[in-house]
Amino acid sequence: MYQTNMYEGLLSETVIIRGANGDSINAYFARPLGPGPYPGMVLIHHAPGWDEWYREATRKFAHHGFLTISPNLYYRDGHGTPEDVAAKVRAAGGVPDEQMVGDVEGSLRYLRALPYASGKVGCFGTCSGGRQTTIAASRLNFDAAIDCWGGRVVMSQQELNPKQPVAPIDMTRDLKCPLLGLFGNDDQAPTPAQVNQHEEELKKNGKTYEFHRYDGAGHGFFYYDRPAYRQEQAVDGWKKVFDFLERYLS
Amino acid sequence: MYTQIVNQAKIEGCGKGTQGWFDLREVNVSYDHPFHIRLEHALNIDFVNEAQGPGARVAVELTPEAARELAKTILATLERAESDGWLPETAEHTHVHGAVEHAHAH
Repeated sequence: MYQTNMYEGLLSETVIIRGANGDSINAYFARPLGPGPYPGMVLIHHAPGWDEWYREATRKFAHHGFLTISPNLYYRDGHGTPEDVAAKVRAAGGVPDEQMVGDVEGSLRYLRALPYASGKVGCFGTCSGGRQTTIAASRLNFDAAIDCWGGRVVMSQQELNPKQPVAPIDMTRDLKCPLLGLFGNDDQAPTPAQVNQHEEELKKNGKTYEFHRYDGAGHGFFYYDRPAYRQEQAVDGWKKVFDFLERYLS
Repeated sequence: MYTQIVNQAKIEGCGKGTQGWFDLREVNVSYDHPFHIRLEHALNIDFVNEAQGPGARVAVELTPEAARELAKTILATLERAESDGWLPETAEHTHVHGAVEHAHAH
């Protein structure tokens, strides 16, 4: 834990990594200044885009001692303000799951190759990034995964489409690491019933997981810039995030 | 992208964005996460020109009630314009418009 007489420094910058199909994409990277070795975190941004909140979250994880990278999943959709680019992607129905996995894999590879990396890497995402985290944690070799209010983990046959051909819940058997889930009981996506369904699937497959459900919170209760922000639940949620990572990435 | 409820239409018109006026080519209408209005989901309308990049965008985010009111108001306005003979599709207006162009040509 940080003490006031400790030296602290961070480096944060935009980097270029190799993503899906070998494409170059940009990513925001932050790390503690020091020799390490440090565990790593890949942050999968939410539907509103590769925005300021995700830059802040990237630095927050670095402040807590993680080499942290947040790939720009919308890189191929052109450049502009994060909001304009996210609006374009919203109109296109999001990015393909397969492309996302490739970009997250590139981020994972980037972190593991760093000379000050411990080798252990976790994955964190909120909203659509929470859903994508469950997919990434089933497809790639992470050591811990954190799904914050990811909707469309449970999908009906009618909801499947070429960009999202498989429901994440159906990948549960392949989950390769412990999963932490944070959810608001007033959320419409995922609903509490869908969270329960996901939990049943995790139990059925004997996976290590912990789900925390918050009363008085809906979707996105960490976002201090949105009306969904819930101070008490957010403070507790962040504590659970770092406790979980302490257990699985140390 | 949470609801994935989105429709796109090809349109013609002009919109005023952060860099001034530009030609509109598409409109994207979604019921999904907004960026600014204090709602979890909203009726979002993005007037865009995809060929000019993501920044060629005029955005509005409406409550469902406001969006229905807007749709009704637009249709009512067009119906009044049509019934009064102002729309170019009407034979009468085409004739008058043609006459004006002819006058200018001389």
